[in-house]
Amino acid sequence: MKRVALYAAALGFMAFAGFPFYWMLITAFKQNRDLYVGAFDTRHVPWIFNDPPTLDHVRLLFSQTGFLRWVGNTLLVVAAVVVITLVVAVPAGYSLARLTGRWGERLGMGIFFTYLVPPTLLFIPFSRVVALLGLQNSLGALILVYPTITIPFCTWLVMGFMRSVPWDIEEQAMIDGYSRLAVILRVAPRLILPGILTVVVFTFTLVMQEFVYALTFISSVDRMTVSLGVPIALVRGDVYHWGSLMAAALFTSIPLAVIYNLFIDRFIQGFTMGAVKG
Amino acid sequence: MKRTLADRENVLGAALLAPALAYVLLLVGVPFVLAIALSFSTATAGSLSFNWVGWHNYSVILADPIFRRSLANTAIVTVGSQVLVIVLATAAAQVFRAAFRGKRAARFVLLLPWAVPVSLAAIAWTWIFDSTFSVINWTLKVAGLLHGWLYWLGEPGLALTAIIIVQAWRIFPFATVIVLAGLASIPQEVVEAAIVDGAGFWRRLFRVELPLLLPVVAVAVLFGVVYTATDLGVVYILTGGGPANTTQVLPTLAFQRGVLGADLGQGAAIAVFLVPFLVVVAILLLRVARRTEVGGGERR
Repeated sequence: MKRVALYAAALGFMAFAGFPFYWMLITAFKQNRDLYVGAFDTRHVPWIFNDPPTLDHVRLLFSQTGFLRWVGNTLLVVAAVVVITLVVAVPAGYSLARLTGRWGERLGMGIFFTYLVPPTLLFIPFSRVVALLGLQNSLGALILVYPTITIPFCTWLVMGFMRSVPWDIEEQAMIDGYSRLAVILRVAPRLILPGILTVVVFTFTLVMQEFVYALTFISSVDRMTVSLGVPIALVRGDVYHWGSLMAAALFTSIPLAVIYNLFIDRFIQGFTMGAVKG
Repeated sequence: MKRTLADRENVLGAALLAPALAYVLLLVGVPFVLAIALSFSTATAGSLSFNWVGWHNYSVILADPIFRRSLANTAIVTVGSQVLVIVLATAAAQVFRAAFRGKRAARFVLLLPWAVPVSLAAIAWTWIFDSTFSVINWTLKVAGLLHGWLYWLGEPGLALTAIIIVQAWRIFPFATVIVLAGLASIPQEVVEAAIVDGAGFWRRLFRVELPLLLPVVAVAVLFGVVYTATDLGVVYILTGGGPANTTQVLPTLAFQRGVLGADLGQGAAIAVFLVPFLVVVAILLLRVARRTEVGGGERR
């Protein structure tokens, strides 16, 4: 009896969480005459394929829209933001964990709190900064601005990660005659490596998801990122190509969902540090 | 051991930290101050002039019924969705802490809403709430629960409900995972002691676990409030602030006036209203978290 209730509750939560994705899936592969039947027609069941599935919408998405172009733009921005974030946040996180002592802890909190300053507060001043730098309507604007979100969070992640790595190895290296600087250059990178992977993954997912800055700075369709182009440019002229739209949403969500599942515990550690003492 | 520059930790520490501090100060700190300064000016997107006009923008927006509506909507959507999130997340965490077959697949599905980009989730929900093709209407009609028709995004009350549902849907998986992490950190002896003392499931949940979970739930809600109150994507894509500006929230109105309308001063003033909102919530929740931690320490 208790088992039944447990499974029923789990199914209920799965249905609520997963329903829009089922809807993306079924919409992406339905023929138009099966798709566009008004919901007032109660004899036509919208939950299933009434006609055989079709690849028409997927074909349209890849051949006649900017989708692949947007994927390319997104990956370009991801690569640049990953490099900037790694170069800036990894040394900072290491420094806060190992070199700065007590005031480093306060400073780390301070840096993390800037992660809470929302894009919707900063997009107006940024639109001025971006115009001053001549970066309007260019991916350069996104590459400049996205690290403001990734650096605070990743510095915090690396700091937390390094705190969990025992100090012995670095200490031994110093006893063996390495200077502190040599330890940082030769020993620390190997220790930090798993933390770096988390930084790369977090930056990737964040850039894939960002919408506010992209909407503010990018106006030409061929310079859009996926999260901007799909909801904004695929619906031009008041005609919604729902099949292609849902296909694009589905193909973008699935890889992200897989990554989230692999790295969820690391992210959660970052969010709950302090509140959960394990 | 000789002490050279290469061994001085405070110098090395500062050097490694400097780029991050510089980036954060220049590109978060300075724009933050600029946002507040702009709200006292008549700056427009086209020119670089900066005319100080004092409280002018604030008196204009405070007299504007659309602004007042958007302020109220921001509060309604944030509170409404976060109440739902707390209920859903604590319930879901109770389910997902148990071991059952197919749990990995279930967790994958549960996390989907958090992984998907906001804008793509919002466009999928726009299709689900479509005025002609809404599958929700079809299902309600077939179930015999609906006799008229629901214009989800065309009627203010329903549109706000739709926005609250989408915000809760998008954030509860994140909150669930955080609460699960909190449950895992509750010392096993505490729970066992409660069982030995004869506490049943509900008593254990409300008297033992939830009080211990409070700091974690506070963290989840803190992030949930920030994510909801400052979110532009859901409202922008779902309703565009319509019908007739009745579902505008602060971020969408700031975008409409400041970016589309090129009135940076007014847009900044609208966005600045997010600040006290966030500061108050952050302080309150941090206080709750700290107090509970101290209380927990005494009991141990």
